[in-house]
Amino acid sequence: MSKSGNSNPLIKKLDELSSNKLLKLSIYASSLIFFFALILFPPLIGIIENLGYINILIYESYLMSRANFAILQSFVMAFIVSTLDLIAALPLAWFIARSKSRAAHFVDALVDIPFLMPTAALGYSILLFWCSERGLSSLFGAGSLISPGFFLVLLLHFAFSYPVIVRVMVGELLSYREVYEVAARTLGARSWTAVRTITLPLLKPGIIASFLLAFARSLSETGATMMVAGSWENGPVFLYRLMKMTEAEITSDIKNGMLVYVSSVLLLTSIVVFFIISFLAPKMRFPIKRIFSSVEGKMSSPIAVKVRNTSSLAIFLLVVIIPSIFVAFPMVEALISGSLSFVLSGFSPWGDYWRSMSISYGIGLLATLLNMIFGLPIAILIARRRLGKATSILRAIINVPIVVPSIALGVSLRLFWGKYTSLYDFWALLLSHATITYTYFVTSMAAAIESIPQELEDVASTLGARPFTVFRKVTFPLTKYSVFSGAILVFTRALGETGAARAVVRSRDLWTLPVLLVDWVENKNIAEMQKALGAGVYMLTSFAALLALRLVFSVRRK
Amino acid sequence: MPTIKLINVTKKYGDITAIKNLSLTINDREYVCVLGPTGSGKTTLLKLIAGIVRPDRGEIYIDDILVNNLSPYERGIAYLPQYYALFPHLTALENVAFGPLSKGLNAKEAYEISMRMLEMMRLAWRAHSFPHELSGGMQQRLALARALASGAKILLLDEPLGALDARLRVELRYKLKKLAKENNLTTIHVTHDQEEAMIVADRIILLRDGKVQQEGSPMQVYNEPKSIFTAHFIGEANFFEGFIADVDQYGSWVQLRNGFLLRTSDPNRSIGERVVVMVREEKSKILKAAKKREEINVFPGTIESISFLGDFISYIILLDNGDRANSRMPTINALGRFKIGERVYIRIKPEDVIIYSYPPHGLYKEIEVI
Repeated sequence: MSKSGNSNPLIKKLDELSSNKLLKLSIYASSLIFFFALILFPPLIGIIENLGYINILIYESYLMSRANFAILQSFVMAFIVSTLDLIAALPLAWFIARSKSRAAHFVDALVDIPFLMPTAALGYSILLFWCSERGLSSLFGAGSLISPGFFLVLLLHFAFSYPVIVRVMVGELLSYREVYEVAARTLGARSWTAVRTITLPLLKPGIIASFLLAFARSLSETGATMMVAGSWENGPVFLYRLMKMTEAEITSDIKNGMLVYVSSVLLLTSIVVFFIISFLAPKMRFPIKRIFSSVEGKMSSPIAVKVRNTSSLAIFLLVVIIPSIFVAFPMVEALISGSLSFVLSGFSPWGDYWRSMSISYGIGLLATLLNMIFGLPIAILIARRRLGKATSILRAIINVPIVVPSIALGVSLRLFWGKYTSLYDFWALLLSHATITYTYFVTSMAAAIESIPQELEDVASTLGARPFTVFRKVTFPLTKYSVFSGAILVFTRALGETGAARAVVRSRDLWTLPVLLVDWVENKNIAEMQKALGAGVYMLTSFAALLALRLVFSVRRK
Repeated sequence: MPTIKLINVTKKYGDITAIKNLSLTINDREYVCVLGPTGSGKTTLLKLIAGIVRPDRGEIYIDDILVNNLSPYERGIAYLPQYYALFPHLTALENVAFGPLSKGLNAKEAYEISMRMLEMMRLAWRAHSFPHELSGGMQQRLALARALASGAKILLLDEPLGALDARLRVELRYKLKKLAKENNLTTIHVTHDQEEAMIVADRIILLRDGKVQQEGSPMQVYNEPKSIFTAHFIGEANFFEGFIADVDQYGSWVQLRNGFLLRTSDPNRSIGERVVVMVREEKSKILKAAKKREEINVFPGTIESISFLGDFISYIILLDNGDRANSRMPTINALGRFKIGERVYIRIKPEDVIIYSYPPHGLYKEIEVI
């Protein structure tokens, strides 16, 4: 705490203003208005206003069946990926949380990489690793080990959803009181039995939450999926391809009808599916009535534990980490060959590249700022249940942007904002990124504020502190790490967004970097080295930006 | 001078009424203990006075000023929750200085006051420690230093000794009262520990289901409990069910189970009335059964169990009528006198018996504290 007291006149003024009930009310009201008017309603209204276009599709049976199949594929892929991720990531989370070895610390540090990497760069990296002659196939002398299509998408989605599950489950395991497991073991249970019958059922909320997050992430991803999809398509890929179709390929009415149809079905279905999973999953019971002493005894043996740890580490390294960072190799080559200087020179096509990059970072920062300003009061409303029973409803609604595919949100926003203003592209781009990332900031902040006992704020208040002082000296210092990590989450997510960014922007001049990279990867006339460099530089700059933010933050902390 | 007055205050949380139409006055510099079982509304009462929650109905006055619409920072109150709510990111000194700084004192003055408070609490040497580096007792003293430094004249303590071990609790409760008196504070001390309340309180207020069951000095509440619940909650008591068999000018006769007759000094009863009688455990004397007793209020029984409690020895006696009586005697008088299975008599003086009308929902429901 500063030893200067409240001598700063601005702080004094803010302190006085914070006691003004009308002002407090208007801050909360404006944040709610921001959420409903600019985040929640525009995509819904955009869709509802244009539902009429769907009528035109009754004669488009081929396109309709292709669209329906793509939508179905979205959910099939999300379900398979989340299930596989859960099975593969849980043992690794266990290893990180429970092992005291150096390897566990090392894995812990590596695990976030695919999450922090922009998905477009990740997609290209995975494409390089599994498909190109320079990748894994070079070891086997084959041209392409896995062709773009369903399995490559599966590997891609597996890689970027994996860290989500590990991170959530490590957190759950660290906060889990091991005493229950110990009690089970003292009662005669083998370690595997104790885990299956006691620990896993108690970790069920975390397992469901991580499954839903992985599911949402798979459902929403567009840019990287485009790169590795080949002829396979899911809902977002279908929408992306549809948007790229020219007037010669499809009339604008049918195109609009299709966009509205697929987006609305994706929006509605994903909300319903999430609701069903969130509602039904907690009711599911783990099979705990029987004990399989012999099998579980073997599974608890030190050899079985070793096999489990080794195989989960192998999957992590071979399927997640190495493919994710493989794009760094062409970077190293470029450094050696000197072609990096060409990249930095800004000559065509690198001029477009740097412009897109500055747009990506600019939009990412602005979206982060918007969400911090308007999201914080909402997080307080939720965490302190200031809206009474309506708080639960608000909490559920806040989650909507995260559970729907971002490209479907982008299409809806395009339909809504398209008719209003000539400034539409920029604002729609900014608002679409703010919409997609809003939930991340609000939920992480609400959780952080909830973790501070209300008593601390109450006591501060009885000691004479006005609301602004309570926030400045008690609430904020205790949540600043969450503010920072929430902001990083928003920024990272905004930086990597492709689907919505492509959907809302008409002019190439406003293409963000992921959109540009997808275009490059799809363009067969562009040299592989250029694509690899584009993805590699993108990856490096985003890591550098995150590192810089962390450094700034840690200096301030000192 | 800080006097607190609540008039017909009600506070609900959804469907649950935490405080029901409560009226009470706390006088200047008084040390009041609010006692009651879990869920009786004790903490809500403190939060209402502190302004952390607002009443749904009724008025709260501090120094004759209506404070219903005043924020906590405008009330001049220091509130100490059970686990003290020390700010974990601030040092001991910064915690104590929080109040003075928030109230607009300049930094030099605020830190001087805070240091003085820490010295008073013998914590100056730990001024730069963080709360988690201090022991439970130190944390409690730090919380008090913070409360005193804020200049508040009203101290609201919510289970202030609840987080401490038994030995420390005993030591600190005396110091707590001394400190409040020396600093001329009006103090409300919430506890569920009746022994703690008896020792420190000028006055005890017993709450149950958001209503005052009884208030008075510790001795009054102990010796003249107005209800079965009060008698049960404060002190140790025996309860016997029975009927009024006869009433005369000296009192009444209560017929207990299986024809046992108990003489009482309460004449204001009606014959045939169903009642519950209460006798404090220490007033139920155990006598050796060596010779036959012809006195009134002497009941035969067998010692069922003996528990050594340090200063006291506690006995459970199965009376011949099937009732069980608890008795406690000072160790110095009772050590080795009785054995389990020994035939004894229990003697109860008529003036030590208090009669209550039989509660409508039964005796056990009446004394339930959960």
